[in-house]
Amino acid sequence: MAKSDAEVKVLGTWASPFVMRVRIALNIKSVAYEFLQERLWEGKSELLLKSNPVHRKVPVLIHGDDTICESLIIVQYIDEVWPSAPILPSDPHERATARFWAAYLDDKWFPSLRAIGMAEGEDARKAAIGQVEEGLMLLEEAFGKCSQGQAFFGKDQIGYLDITFGCFLGWLRVTEKMSGIKLLNEINTPALLKWANRFCNDAAVKDVMPETEKLAEFAKMLRGRVRATPTS
Amino acid sequence: MAEEVVLLDFWPSPFGMRSRIALAEKGIKYEHKEEDLRNKSALLLQMNPVHKKIPVLIHNGKPVCESLIQVQYIDEVWHDKAPLLPSDPYQKATARFWADYVDKKIYEVGGRVWKTKGEKQATAKKELIETLKLLEKELGDKPYFGGESLGYVDVAFIPFYSWFYALEKCGNFSIEAECPKLIAWAKRCMQKESVAKSLPDQQKVYDFILEMKKHFGIE
Repeated sequence: MAKSDAEVKVLGTWASPFVMRVRIALNIKSVAYEFLQERLWEGKSELLLKSNPVHRKVPVLIHGDDTICESLIIVQYIDEVWPSAPILPSDPHERATARFWAAYLDDKWFPSLRAIGMAEGEDARKAAIGQVEEGLMLLEEAFGKCSQGQAFFGKDQIGYLDITFGCFLGWLRVTEKMSGIKLLNEINTPALLKWANRFCNDAAVKDVMPETEKLAEFAKMLRGRVRATPTS
Repeated sequence: MAEEVVLLDFWPSPFGMRSRIALAEKGIKYEHKEEDLRNKSALLLQMNPVHKKIPVLIHNGKPVCESLIQVQYIDEVWHDKAPLLPSDPYQKATARFWADYVDKKIYEVGGRVWKTKGEKQATAKKELIETLKLLEKELGDKPYFGGESLGYVDVAFIPFYSWFYALEKCGNFSIEAECPKLIAWAKRCMQKESVAKSLPDQQKVYDFILEMKKHFGIE
């Protein structure tokens, strides 16, 4: 049996943007998979602890006998095992650029987005919002360069950077709702605003992008939990 | 067209060392430009406006930033010599995982070893040894993380070996005593010209750390 025919399982949660990346990648490749939902607030499952002993986090991809961890590593793995409908660009410099912005999103931008929700005091909140807005302006510029006039960062179809960034849109919208500020807007980020709608309506994304309302409720519940429990 | 390759670098940077090793493994001729990080060049600011950090690889005028992205780029462009990543997707994913682990842990934890004292330092030392032991376990009986030859994880990790002496002196402990197999692996890597040429002398790194400590007012 070819490796690509072996059973595919995704260990994850419906709210995690990182898990969403994996599901979108599998959808792009038309690969069927079983979604095993973790109930992280009840404690991590034995399967999760066994499959990802180092980080103990979702997502985890279980493909036949192999387990792969870390969302972007999983996405690249999926792209390589199922080569049709490529996710990464073929040109090495374009690949490096896509990887660069993916790393920026994960290491800098998303933490600054989360910082808005966790900011204590108006000054801290304003500073956090400023950082996110600055980042979005950089990404607006990057979109112009990568898309080259087409619909997505990946040009005519969604690619690596679309997936990496697009999965944060749910949490971006929750933050906009809770802060009352349009972070993506006509004035500063007109191209990204349009791209965001296109991304969310894409066939590979529609069914796995959580509704903003549901996420907002989940965020409120999480915040209540974080404030109630002492930090360990 | 003649290939023009430039590396903007800073001699003690483990991240810069990664790209130096990858370029050397592939036998690529390049121009090495040493940056003064207190006075960054216009070229650096132009080529890496987002982070303003080294290393930056400039290939035919186009920049590639972030060391592991550079190593992958070098491996993909000059793919016919000394492959660093395996061709099998699962083995590739495993290599990426461990390089990512090195990235997430070693620099930050190692930093706490030389930047702190007392309890904080004791905690940092413990964490560092735990991290190194996990990597030692992943290495197992293989000569290199890449198997029979130097690979992606070896390139990602070996630069930190040039900082071990400094960390040991600052923390007053022996890494070799705790992780002998890892040190054996490191010495094996150092026998390769591409690695030996790319890593600075450990004493020099220690002197640099002492200067940094003075500069930051850390005893």
